[in-house]
Amino acid sequence: MDLIQLLVGGVATGCVYGLVALGFVLIYKATEGVNFAQGDMMMLGAFIALGLVNSDHLGLAFIPGVALAAVLMGGVGYGIDRFVVRQIFGQPQFALVILTIALGFVLRFIAGSIWGYSPLVLETPFAGRNLSMGGVNISLADIVTILVTALLTVALWGFFAYTRIGLAAQAASQNQMAAYIVGVPVRRINSIIWALSGMVATVAGVLYASKGAIDPNIGLLGIKAFAAAVIGGFGSLPGALLGGILIGVVEPLAARYLPGGFSQMSPYIIMLAVLVTRPNGLFAQMHAKKV
Amino acid sequence: MKVIFKTSYDRDIDLHKDGWARARIVALVAVMAALPFLVGEYYLAEATNTLIWALAGMGLMLLVGHSGQVSLGHAAFLAIGAYTDTALMNAGLPFVVTFPAAALAAGLFGALVAIPAVRMSGIYLAIATLALFVIVEEMIIIAEPITGGVGGIMAPAIQIAGIDFDRYGQLDRFYWLCLAVVVAVTWAYANLLRSPTGRSFLAVRDSEVSARALGINVTRTRALAFGLSCAMTGLAGALMGHYIAFFNYELFSIFISINLLLVVTIGGLGFIQGAFFGAILITAVPQAITILRGVARDSLGVDIGGMPGLDTMLFAMILIGFIIYEPTGLYGRWLKIKAWVELFPLARRDMFRRQKSYLKTERQK
Repeated sequence: MDLIQLLVGGVATGCVYGLVALGFVLIYKATEGVNFAQGDMMMLGAFIALGLVNSDHLGLAFIPGVALAAVLMGGVGYGIDRFVVRQIFGQPQFALVILTIALGFVLRFIAGSIWGYSPLVLETPFAGRNLSMGGVNISLADIVTILVTALLTVALWGFFAYTRIGLAAQAASQNQMAAYIVGVPVRRINSIIWALSGMVATVAGVLYASKGAIDPNIGLLGIKAFAAAVIGGFGSLPGALLGGILIGVVEPLAARYLPGGFSQMSPYIIMLAVLVTRPNGLFAQMHAKKV
Repeated sequence: MKVIFKTSYDRDIDLHKDGWARARIVALVAVMAALPFLVGEYYLAEATNTLIWALAGMGLMLLVGHSGQVSLGHAAFLAIGAYTDTALMNAGLPFVVTFPAAALAAGLFGALVAIPAVRMSGIYLAIATLALFVIVEEMIIIAEPITGGVGGIMAPAIQIAGIDFDRYGQLDRFYWLCLAVVVAVTWAYANLLRSPTGRSFLAVRDSEVSARALGINVTRTRALAFGLSCAMTGLAGALMGHYIAFFNYELFSIFISINLLLVVTIGGLGFIQGAFFGAILITAVPQAITILRGVARDSLGVDIGGMPGLDTMLFAMILIGFIIYEPTGLYGRWLKIKAWVELFPLARRDMFRRQKSYLKTERQK
């Protein structure tokens, strides 16, 4: 019974990691760049939702409040790409890594100056409620997390596979020059993808906040989400989600059955093991290296 | 502009352009050596700190700037250097043994890590080093008998051949020790870059495939670069441990890794001088903020001390500005100014135009 509870909780936590990882993968799939500020975007999304929803702030209803927060974060994502990331368009990947790390610090500072550095709790309609089935207690927040994540993953997969923008994004990533020539507005596509990734980050942030308190430093969770994305192979949406769930499940199990310290290390040990045995992740998409 | 005729190969690969350049370096080292007589205790401590940062920066510069591998976890190697040195000294070994041992431990660990790491490139390597950093941090907490765990550990005073180099008692001697180490490492680094090994680092950085075609063993070269870089960082870590004197795992936080990246990027990637420029900036900015804070409080009545994270935020803004407007860093800007002056009035803006590259994925799906 304990084990099942541990597993469900682990899957739910893993879904949050997976969602943040989805944000990385989105941007990576479309622009071949890695956004190291994704964790901080999640943090900012959670705080914006908190500012809109909580009764001592604006006090909007939960669903519209979160939707508005997602739209706002979409705007933030679009703005970051339009005014900052686009400036280094055409420079090596390494520049983007450093740029987004720095952006993460700026976002953290902004959130810290508005909402302070002490932990705050987001008011959700499903906080503290539990479902009991045959002696197993599962919190409603966990179930909502798992459902929302599943829905969002399917929706994003459909977006990349079927919509015009999704296909254009894939084209832009596979060969930027060729995409330009056939008329794909590469820069605007990049900005739209950043906006989308900001929205996904907000959902991840709200789901994370439904399980506990938030403070401006929760963005460091992004490091675990990296591990998730790497385990899955950086360009794969389902891979990122599975990687997240794997980490989410292993962590509490390691905390339970292994000596102290291993639980914190376990995501990275798994990741290094995957990198050593399959350097391109479990769902590898790289087959040959060109000159 | 002076024209130099090179009549031999040795002249071509000489470290300095001419005798004048050599004289300037000698003068710089002489001024640095005379610093304890010129400035007070406080600024001497800051200068020592700058030297240590420059040493660590050179370690990362070798990796990022000269062999093209990004590490986001170099604080881990600083930590390994510091803990190896301190733990061995606590076990009774003299500094002359423990100091090289710190470099050896960090270097070996780095090379060991590099063997799987060099198969990865770019982003994967950056993330793997980040993961490595978290693992090392946890290991430090677990290995409490050696590292003092969360409580921390005291770095004993340095003694070489009966002479004390205590950081608090004889700061000037500790400064000279750091200066000597930095000068030696810089000299070795500069010479390494003009050796076949150093040239192969640059070849691997610029194009892995071309380097392989030229007969360079890419795996070996990258692992060697990783090991050497970590050894240099380990030396810096050992000195940093003595400089801070009492430290725990928190001294080597993720922010130190980021600051190190800041040192090499703002200083100027691919130039040894860049590490020094970056180190000066990173130690000077907090001072400048403190001074500004005092000015703002005294003359304007505004207390900006109440905003935590302001320094980090300022660093981040500086970094963003450099990445966008001057990706070649401070040293790159200095080269441009120098060229402008030397060529006056012939210098043109387009001489330094950056080449843009278009992305092509290596993924097949």
